[in-house]
Amino acid sequence: MYFDLTDEQQAIKQTAHDFLASRFKSERLREIAASDSGFDESGWKEMAELGWAGLALPEEWGGQGLGIVDLAVLFEELGYVCAPSPLLSNTIAGLALAFAGSDAQKERWLAPLALGELRGAPALIDAGVLAEPNKFALAAGSNGDGTVLSGEKTLVMDAASADFFLVATADGHRHVVEKGAEGVTVVPEESIDPTRRLSSVRLEDVRVAAENTLPGGTEDYWPVFQRACVALAAESTGLAQRSLEMSVSYAKDRQQFGRPIGAYQAVSHRCAQMLLETENSRSAVYGAAWAADAEPESLPLAASMAKAYASDAGWRVPDAAIQVHGGIGFTWEHDLHFFLKRGRANAATFGDAKWHRERVADAVLAGATAPADD
Amino acid sequence: MDLTLSPSEEEFREEVRTWLQENHPGPEPEGAGLDEVMQFRREWQLKLHGAGWAGISWPKEYGGRGATMIEQAIFAAEATRQEAPAPANVLGLAMGGPVVIAHGTDEQKARYLEPILTGEEIWCQGFSEPESGSDLASLKTRAVKDGDEWVVTGQKVWTTFAQYAKWCMLVARTDPDAPKHQGLTYFLMDMEQDAVQTRPLVQITGEGEFNEVFFEEARVPDANVVGGVGNGWAVAITTLMNERAGLAFGAISQIQNALGRLSKLAQETPSNGGTAADDPYFRQRIAQLHIEVETMRLNAYRGLTKTMQSGIPGPEGSLGKWQWADINQDLTELALEIEGAYSTLARGSEHAVAGGAWQYSFLRSRANSIEGGTTDILKNIIAERVLGLPRLR
Repeated sequence: MYFDLTDEQQAIKQTAHDFLASRFKSERLREIAASDSGFDESGWKEMAELGWAGLALPEEWGGQGLGIVDLAVLFEELGYVCAPSPLLSNTIAGLALAFAGSDAQKERWLAPLALGELRGAPALIDAGVLAEPNKFALAAGSNGDGTVLSGEKTLVMDAASADFFLVATADGHRHVVEKGAEGVTVVPEESIDPTRRLSSVRLEDVRVAAENTLPGGTEDYWPVFQRACVALAAESTGLAQRSLEMSVSYAKDRQQFGRPIGAYQAVSHRCAQMLLETENSRSAVYGAAWAADAEPESLPLAASMAKAYASDAGWRVPDAAIQVHGGIGFTWEHDLHFFLKRGRANAATFGDAKWHRERVADAVLAGATAPADD
Repeated sequence: MDLTLSPSEEEFREEVRTWLQENHPGPEPEGAGLDEVMQFRREWQLKLHGAGWAGISWPKEYGGRGATMIEQAIFAAEATRQEAPAPANVLGLAMGGPVVIAHGTDEQKARYLEPILTGEEIWCQGFSEPESGSDLASLKTRAVKDGDEWVVTGQKVWTTFAQYAKWCMLVARTDPDAPKHQGLTYFLMDMEQDAVQTRPLVQITGEGEFNEVFFEEARVPDANVVGGVGNGWAVAITTLMNERAGLAFGAISQIQNALGRLSKLAQETPSNGGTAADDPYFRQRIAQLHIEVETMRLNAYRGLTKTMQSGIPGPEGSLGKWQWADINQDLTELALEIEGAYSTLARGSEHAVAGGAWQYSFLRSRANSIEGGTTDILKNIIAERVLGLPRLR
């Protein structure tokens, strides 16, 4: 029993922390947030050089071959600076290819993706249809040997910087669709989080050759989804950690009624609550990340617990931080709103807290015990 | 990172599990008075001691088992999981012994430790006073030097098992002129003297778990000072740290047991043509409790890893106690909500659900955010000692 990061993981954390602190200072974050595409090309190149594009992807296909704990370490640090980066969507596309793709597809798409040379993004949710994880409406029409797709996917992350999409269809398959393919139109949406853009992807009679349909079915995507939940929950934990630190430092500094406001229990107890939620979130995330690497049978429950908890903490802690900051926290000039917005978006992505709690209820009321306890 | 037990820890758990299964005395006598329960617990403690399970955290040289922190956690979790009764001398084992071991003289160790382990001498804790609760260091009970004795006058409150106790871990003021944290001394007070009177304090459950203790010129010899005159505060703090470190894993198992009973209650309670376990609102709440218990368990493991590295429990332990109180209260509130109108019936009533057990738990759990450090004070500790926020005082 040893529940802490190893020296190697501490090193990953430190490298990520230092790099991200210098790369995403407030001014740069704001420039990217205000830009047309929201994509930071030079930042991406540096991250790719650090091996992050393929951090948790198989070594065989150009990745670093590290585990989900390592991935969680990285995403916690990305959350800590609210990094605007397609790393999340790219990682999920990579995991999907790794879990459900053929060798030929891995060679063609996964290997360049793991090196950061090509970027992929999942296109999952059908416009106008109630979004539910791993349940899709888009029909895969037949077209000789291949497939033809007509419909609209929405809430697609990082479409502007993606080279290809992994489009989910009702039959449980995913199809590689290049952004430049005939019949594909990307329409940017106004997302609440300007540091992670969402778009709709319209598909009009898009022809997909047979070799671009991944052979895996619905069951192969659950492990991908669960790992995505852990990564996102880790990112939310980082958002909470940073919001907490900003609040504590402000509460030590800011004077009212002749004292630092952090001396008042209304403020200090709020900060204590923020710490509790942040630490709980972190424990749940690393418990689930560890399960992904070492005890996959307990991952489904652990991932849902982590995502449910971090969904709440990831926006409530930044929200509490705004309250601690008072008026200044409500200004555009202060960075906190980026953290609140990202946290709120994360809460609703890949199943919200309510959806995941229902999964937990299913498991525990059927008599399952908490993971790794028995 | 490794959240599994090592082979030797697994082996230890097997040993604990098997021993408990073979020696478990069954549930405490139902409807029995406290005297009968205490007798039952004394017998249980003797059995534990005979097999070397009493004082498992104590070093071997003092009659303990010298178990690692993980082994202590395993034992506490396993004993609670199997719903083994508490030993009679809980406070002696968890606090008194460790304090004597840490601060006591060789004579004190030779005199006090063995009867704690056997349960022959029960211990109680005399810290809180009517006017000194959270602000413990403001306590007023006086000890005045008289030859090689001290004469103690004052009142303590919330004293668990005072009516059975031979020894009281008493903190009293020996120097009224010193700053409040420096004028205190830690004594072992013999409760078997006329100058010490105990009176049960009836709590909101109707029971008398706690007592008031009155000292009217009670006598305590010099030899019973622990850790030196004027060092009472530092010695008392050790006691409180031991209390928190020892409680966590048993408490988590206890909540896991309660959650199991809560799920069963939901599955057996009719609601809208199905059961409460089909009701989306209850499902959400039950799931949230499971999630929080799991985060508490994982936090405790993280804390344990940290404590094993640094050697001392950090102030983060306060988070766990706070969280435990919150969860336990939520859990019992939810049980009453599931029972609906029937939640109005208590123990002894024919139609009370589960014999009124949840009504009792609901009331008892109100104390969870008060006993052993109020949640409000824990938040202060976290704010000041973990987050480094300025003190108000």
